[in-house]
Amino acid sequence: MKTPQGLKYAKTDEWIKVEGNQAIVGISDYAQDHLSDVVYVELMVEEGDTVSKGDTLATVESVKAAADVIFPASGKILEINEDLADSPETLNNDPYEAGWMIKMSLDDPSDLDALMDADAYTAYNKEREG
Amino acid sequence: MFTPHTSLEVEEMLKEIGVATIEELFDKVPEKYRFPELNLPAGISEMEIASELKEIASANASTEDFVSFLGAGAYDHYIPAAVDMLLRRGEFYTAYTPYQPEISQGTLQAIFEFQSLMTELTGMDVSNASHYDGATAAAEAANLAYHFFRGKRKKMLVARSVNPQYREVIRTYMQGFDDVQVLGDEVNLGDSSGFEELTDMIDQNTALVVVQYPDFFGRVINYTKLVNYSHDQGALVAFIFNPTALGLLKPPGAFDADIAVGDGQPLGIPISFGGPYLGIFTTKQKYIRKMAGRLVGETVDVEGNKAYVLTLTAREQHIRRERSTSNICTNQGLMTLATTIYLSLLGKQGFKQVANLCYQKAHYAAQQIAQLDGYQLAFPDEPFFHEFVVKTPRPVNEINLRLQDHWILGGFDLSEVYPEMQNQMLVAVTEKISKNDIDEFTAALQEVAHV
Amino acid sequence: MSEQTIYELSQHGRKGVTFPKPDVPFTNLPEDFERDALRLPELSEMDVVRHFTKLSNFNYSIDGGLYPLGSCTMKYNPKINEENARLPGFAFTHPHQPIVSVQGNLYLMYQLQEWLQDISGFKRVCLTPAAGAHGELVGALMIKKYHQVNQHPERVKILIPDSAHGTNPATSAMGGFKVVPIPSDERGNVDLEALKAECDETLAGLMLTNPNTLGLFDENVEEVVRLVHEAGGLVYGDGANLNALLGVFRPGDVGFDIMHFNLHKTFSTPHGGGGPGSGPVGASEALKDYLPGPVVIVVEEGDEEIPPFFGFFRPEHSIGRMKSFYGHFGVIVRAFTYIAMLGADGLRDAAEKAVLNANYLMAKVKKDYPLPYDRTCMHEFVVEGTWEDVPEIHALDISKRLIDYGFHPPTNYFPLIVHEALMIEPTETENKQTLDAFAAALKTIAKEARENPELLHNAPYDTPVRRCDEVKAAKELVLCCWIPD
Repeated sequence: MKTPQGLKYAKTDEWIKVEGNQAIVGISDYAQDHLSDVVYVELMVEEGDTVSKGDTLATVESVKAAADVIFPASGKILEINEDLADSPETLNNDPYEAGWMIKMSLDDPSDLDALMDADAYTAYNKEREG
Repeated sequence: MFTPHTSLEVEEMLKEIGVATIEELFDKVPEKYRFPELNLPAGISEMEIASELKEIASANASTEDFVSFLGAGAYDHYIPAAVDMLLRRGEFYTAYTPYQPEISQGTLQAIFEFQSLMTELTGMDVSNASHYDGATAAAEAANLAYHFFRGKRKKMLVARSVNPQYREVIRTYMQGFDDVQVLGDEVNLGDSSGFEELTDMIDQNTALVVVQYPDFFGRVINYTKLVNYSHDQGALVAFIFNPTALGLLKPPGAFDADIAVGDGQPLGIPISFGGPYLGIFTTKQKYIRKMAGRLVGETVDVEGNKAYVLTLTAREQHIRRERSTSNICTNQGLMTLATTIYLSLLGKQGFKQVANLCYQKAHYAAQQIAQLDGYQLAFPDEPFFHEFVVKTPRPVNEINLRLQDHWILGGFDLSEVYPEMQNQMLVAVTEKISKNDIDEFTAALQEVAHV
Repeated sequence: MSEQTIYELSQHGRKGVTFPKPDVPFTNLPEDFERDALRLPELSEMDVVRHFTKLSNFNYSIDGGLYPLGSCTMKYNPKINEENARLPGFAFTHPHQPIVSVQGNLYLMYQLQEWLQDISGFKRVCLTPAAGAHGELVGALMIKKYHQVNQHPERVKILIPDSAHGTNPATSAMGGFKVVPIPSDERGNVDLEALKAECDETLAGLMLTNPNTLGLFDENVEEVVRLVHEAGGLVYGDGANLNALLGVFRPGDVGFDIMHFNLHKTFSTPHGGGGPGSGPVGASEALKDYLPGPVVIVVEEGDEEIPPFFGFFRPEHSIGRMKSFYGHFGVIVRAFTYIAMLGADGLRDAAEKAVLNANYLMAKVKKDYPLPYDRTCMHEFVVEGTWEDVPEIHALDISKRLIDYGFHPPTNYFPLIVHEALMIEPTETENKQTLDAFAAALKTIAKEARENPELLHNAPYDTPVRRCDEVKAAKELVLCCWIPD
């Protein structure tokens, strides 16, 4: 299970890469592993949209499950990954790089303070597996 | 009665479990409620129940003995013998939902064929494996529209000329959403010249506009203007169709409908006092993920052989749970099979023949009745398919009571559901009705016209 | 083994069932509306009969073998049900006929309402809902309306135990409720402390399946109902597992407010490859006026000479109409037949034998499979389809391998609270020999899992198709036949 350092992680399995006042969001390796083969990704936002923390970013569907991806912070959408619509399996193959979902500007970077770092997320996953 | 256990077997089983009596297995049931005495009669044999039900059934009037002109949402069509013979195969009717595709290819392929037939019939892009009936399919269309707009558009407009039961069911379903309004009941019926009042109500808050084709009164109306205006406002449009009519008429897809729903009962399903019937649900490609209900798709197995499976199951209740569009679990399994067999048996030629016969006979009947003293067609200028409205010289229920003496079941009394339509009868004519039947009906109507 | 589709078999110009020429003078067809193309298949009657006969041969069915599907109650479907439903006096009656001409139908429906009331301890039953999930939706809407009428719009919370069937949360969402899951305790009962914590003034109700999907009768059911009622909430019962309770326990007696029945589970009406079912709903005294219409009532009492006259009625605070007409009448005739044949004694016998069969099977199967809740079960039980020493084997593999032994797999992956769950419900119509054979197959598979796990991973082998590529089916959607232009 890959959990790269330098990223932040939410309890709902999103990863966030912070670059100053901007963030890139995707789903973690743990998430894609549990979903198994992703067959469909529906991004709920477009460039320019304003979003709030807790809003739904996307719906990800596999054969046996469907999950909502949640915004970890409030802000504005700068870019969305259009390739995911045609190649949803990217989320499985490369969740942290090619599988990025959106780029956003952050209204308040401190929104992200409550998130976990890589080690905390790894521990959280161990706990969940029970 | 159907339990096979011998007392010796029961003994052996109790021993394996480690209890002395069967009663012990129920000791978690609170004692004061345990083993209540049921107020049911003692059981009877198969022979006795067969006799009892035969007696009850024969007390009813049915279309076996009466000539029926009743439609209004359920239609008496001829069902070829092969349909029921095939439905009676235990491999079909005692099979479960096809969750294990390896041992359910019969059911799955039949549903796949059904889906194909429905998209072809309606001119739409995709069909699901069915809903309970036409009315609930219409309600699911409203559900789809609500979810499509993520709850931001809160108005459903349903034309007054839509089947009153369907309008009621849509309302019942929309009750679950706090802020949704179902409107359109109170405006004019509208006709081929237009639907001004209904059109005026369409705005940016409208999620769905629902019309019926042919409408509840049998009228065939061109909704193009209404569809265009709805789309300009960003609203979705749903057509409620009669499937037999689509053997003759342009389908909803040709009018750019977003959703087309209807009841498949006319396609090989007996009228059976109202159910079970078949909800047909078809849409344009883009709504496929918001569509509730089962879907069968084609794929391959590990050896590369063609196989059918339930697909896009992530949309469904057992996975999305509270985030699914609907809670629907069942489709109408055996009824979809009946329809698939019916349409396969009739094929292109036979089905067109049935549609044409209905059309021709209904028009003959309308012409004959219009000539009677005291009777007139309510919508003489509107084209119709196999149903039409007749204005009668006295209340419809009185006429129908007297028609029964002639072994005729008269048409539907519209005053029951449209208070402004007193003394108006909705007459349906199908391929089962002969010219003779129509002539006798006409003569009887003349006879019972006056007190 | 495969069969072409009706479109692939079609031959241009071939005729099947045809009809006579019109016997009436000709009327012109409506020009603007005339259809251009109608691409329906063209087959002979024999083509059609062979095609569907072949398709039927690809299916597993109750008539063919055991379906140990938990919470589905796949019991034998009596053939007399089929004969009775087809009697012309039933099958050829139109729902809009004057009710005086169909009193036989109304009598039947009235009687079934009465029987279901008595079986479950409710005060009124409506037969209109089309299926279990439909009946559940009725329940959710009734709860909503009840609180509205009693001026408590703040009651928006529905509690659902984590052992619940998937339709429960979906249904609650359709009712506009907020869904709060309640955990089960280590004995498989609703966790009372967790329940108490949610019993506040925002509580609308609790949806409870009892026995639950672990096959366990809640040891605190009285307390659960009391707590919810005390907090002003209502208790909805999912009647999917009623088969264990016939003549044994009546949910209405302990205070359930609303419950749906599954005629296609408990009352032997066939599953039809996915339907039609029938999901009547029963209500307590407090909720009986919220049922959907129409309900059959006695309009005029009869006497020794004349039978009563029946009619329809809509309860005062009804949530409204749930579907067209009166419900699945054809299914109702079948359920009526079944209950009439069994009578009070037969129903109790069915429940007893269902529970006996399940406990017997559990006693045998637990020797080889982990049993998370080792206490007396009702009509079904759950085991884990995985072992510590062979973690690469999953419930799915065991299920697929069972098919090679001639059995339909049990329910997989429900309830969610058991890891790799296999939910097993034999029903009362299966004999001891079948149960022994099933247990033996499971035992053999447990052995194969250790000696030759690959065998399970690639199962089944002897079926019309083998394991299917469901990912491909979802990614490359093909939902219609290819139709030649």
